[in-house]
Amino acid sequence: MRMADTPIQAPTQSLLADRTTGPRRSHGQYIRWVLLMFGGIVMVMPIAYMLATSFKYSFEVHTLSLIPQEPTLENYLFVLEDGRFYTWFGNSLFIATVTTLSNVLFDSLVGYALCKFRFPGRYIFFIAVLSTLMIPTEMLVIPWYLMSSTLGWLDTSWGIMFPGLMTAFGTFLMKQFFETVPDDFLEAARIDGLNELQIWWTVAMPLVKPALAALAIFVFLGNWTAFIWPLIVTTSQDMYTLPVGLTTFSDEVDVEWELIMTGAAISTIPTLIVFVIFQRFIIRGVVMAGLKG
Amino acid sequence: MATLSLRNLVKTYGDTQVLHGINLEIGSGEFVVLVGPSGCGKSTTLRMIAGLEEITAGEVHIAGRVVNNLEPKDRDIAMVFQNYAIYPHMSVRKNIGFGLRTAKISAKDKLGRLEEVAEILGLGELLDRKPSQLSGGQRQRVAIGRAMVRNPAAFLFDEPLSNLDAQLRTQMRLEIKKLHQRVGNTIVFVTHDQVEAMTMADRIVIMKDGHIQQVGSPLDVFYNPANMFVAQFIGAPSMNLMPGVWSNGAVSLDKGGLVPATGVKIRQGASVVLGLRPDDLRVTQEAGLFTGTVEVTEPLGSETLVHVSAGGQEIIAKAAGKHPPVLGSSVHLTASPDALHLFDKNTGEALL
Ligand SMILES: Nc1ncnc2c1ncn2[C@@H]1O[C@H](COP(=O)(O)OP(=O)(O)O)[C@@H](O)[C@H]1O
Ligand SMILES: [Mg+2]
Repeated sequence: MRMADTPIQAPTQSLLADRTTGPRRSHGQYIRWVLLMFGGIVMVMPIAYMLATSFKYSFEVHTLSLIPQEPTLENYLFVLEDGRFYTWFGNSLFIATVTTLSNVLFDSLVGYALCKFRFPGRYIFFIAVLSTLMIPTEMLVIPWYLMSSTLGWLDTSWGIMFPGLMTAFGTFLMKQFFETVPDDFLEAARIDGLNELQIWWTVAMPLVKPALAALAIFVFLGNWTAFIWPLIVTTSQDMYTLPVGLTTFSDEVDVEWELIMTGAAISTIPTLIVFVIFQRFIIRGVVMAGLKG
Repeated sequence: MATLSLRNLVKTYGDTQVLHGINLEIGSGEFVVLVGPSGCGKSTTLRMIAGLEEITAGEVHIAGRVVNNLEPKDRDIAMVFQNYAIYPHMSVRKNIGFGLRTAKISAKDKLGRLEEVAEILGLGELLDRKPSQLSGGQRQRVAIGRAMVRNPAAFLFDEPLSNLDAQLRTQMRLEIKKLHQRVGNTIVFVTHDQVEAMTMADRIVIMKDGHIQQVGSPLDVFYNPANMFVAQFIGAPSMNLMPGVWSNGAVSLDKGGLVPATGVKIRQGASVVLGLRPDDLRVTQEAGLFTGTVEVTEPLGSETLVHVSAGGQEIIAKAAGKHPPVLGSSVHLTASPDALHLFDKNTGEALL
C-alpha cells in the first residue's frame, strides 16, 4: 500500500516524456503496427475460412460469412468415420517422419563432411549438390516416375519417399551451420581419442541443434503437404497420403469443400505439434537460413 | 612426463614452406615456450607435435619414439586451445571427464581423477555448471582440467591466455606456472607475447618466418640475444638500435656520435648496428654517450620512459619514476660499456 504511489508515478512520466520528445517515432510505430496487422490478417484468413467451412453444411459453403449460421460437427464425424482417412493420415505421418529423420541424419553427415574435411573434388561435389537446387520438382517427376516404374517402386511408401530422403537444401543448410562450429572443438575431441563419427555425433551435432530443428520443421512440413509426386506415384487409395486422399472428396460434378476443409483442419494438428516442439529453435533457424542462404 | 624432440621438422602448404627445419630437444618436465610474431609457425609446430597437422618432412619424437604416423590420441599428449575448446552443451564435469572417455580405467578411478583435478584447479564448486555460466578464467581452467585428467606425457598450449583481459592473464600465467611446478609435466607453450614467454618459461624458443632464432633461458635471451631480431623482440620497450660503422674500437653512428666498443673481432670499416636497452641507459646531467632533448615522457609509476631526440635519432631510456626529466629539456644519456650490444648490419648476428 505504502509503495503504491511511486511506481505508478514513474511510468506515467516516462510515457509522457516519450510522447513529447519522439512524436515521429511513434507515428512510424503506428504505421508499422497497421502494416503488421494487415499482414497478419492476410495470413490468418485462409485458416479462418478453413475452420469456418469445416463447421458449415454444404449449402452454406459459398457464403463469405466466417460464422456458420447452423454450426455442425457432422463433417468431422463423416471424415473421422471414414476409415480411409486414418490410412492416409498414417501414410503421411510415416512418410513425413521417416523423411525428416533421414534428412536430419544424412544432410548433416554430408554437410559436415563438406564443411570440415578437405578432400579432392570437394568443391565440385558441393557445386553439384547446389546445382540440383535449380531444378524444379515439376521437371523431375517424369524421370522419377520412369525410375520408379523400372524398379518396381510405383505405389509403395518407398516410391513416395525416395526423392526426398536427402535434400540439397538441407545439405547446404547444415554445411553452413557447421561453419559456426570451431575446428578447435573437433581437434580437441580428436586428441581425446574420439573417432570421426563420434566427433560428429557427440560434439558437432549438439552444437547445431537449432539448425537441425529448423531443418526438421522444413522437411516435415514439406512432406506433410507434398502433393504432386505422391499423386503421381500412388494409384491405390491405400497408398494415398492425406493431401492426395482429400482430393477424393471432389469429383467431376461436385467438390465437397466442407469435407476437404475438415480433413485439412485435422491435418494441421501434427504440424502444430511439430511447431510447438521445435518453436524455440525455429526463429533462430529461419533467421540463420535467411542470412546464410 | 616425457622428453620431446623435433628433428629437422619441415612443413609446406602447397608451394609455400612455413617451417624450415625445426630442431629442438625438450627435456622431461621442462616448460618450453615458443614465442614469435604472428604467422611465424608456432601453432604449426605445436600442431605437428599433436598430430593435427601432417608432417611434411622431419621427425617428432615423444618419449623416445617416433610418432609421425600415430594418431593424435595415441601420442599421449593433451592440448589446450586459445578459445578453450570446451563444449558449451556439456557441464564442467562432463567437459573434464571427456578427456577420460576412452581411457581404460575403472569408473571409480575416473571419478577419483576428476575430483583430484577439480580440486587442484579450484573447480569443485562449479562441476555442475555449463560453460556459459563461467568466467573466462574459469573456462580456461576447465580446458586445462580436461587436459590434466589424462595425465599426458606432455601438455601443449596454443595461446591459451590471449582471450583473457590483462589482469586475468597475469593471474592465469602464475597459476599455470604453479601448476607446472606441482605436477611437473613437460609443457610446450605457444604465445606471441614476450612477457608471457619470459615469465613462464624454463627455456624460450624464439621463432621468425619458420626458423628458430634462438633457444635459451629467459635471462639468456634477454642479456645475450643471438641476433637483432631477438634483441628487438624480447624486452619492452624494445632495444634501441643505431646503425653505424666500426673502426678503431669505436662505433661511429650514422646519425652522429661515437660510442666506444672494444673486444670485437671485425674488420675496420664494417657496417654494424649498436644496441642499447632502455633499461641500461641512464639520464644524467653530466656529459655522456648521447646528448639530446626530451621529446615525450611516458610515466609508468615506478619508472618513466623518456624519448630523447639525439642528433636525428630517437632513443628511449628509462628514468626514475618520481622526478622524470622535464619535457623539452636537454639531457645526456650514458650506459656502462658492458651493456652494449653490437650486431652485424648485414646478417643481423650478434658480434658482442
Ligand atoms: N592451412 C593452411 N594453409 C596455408 N597456409 C597456412 C595454413 N595454416 C597456416 N598457414 C600459414 O603458415 C604460417 C604459420 O602459421 P601459424 O603456425 O598458424 O603461425 P603462428 O605463429 O601465428 O601460430 C602462416 O604464414 C600461415 O599463413
Ligand atoms: Mg598461432
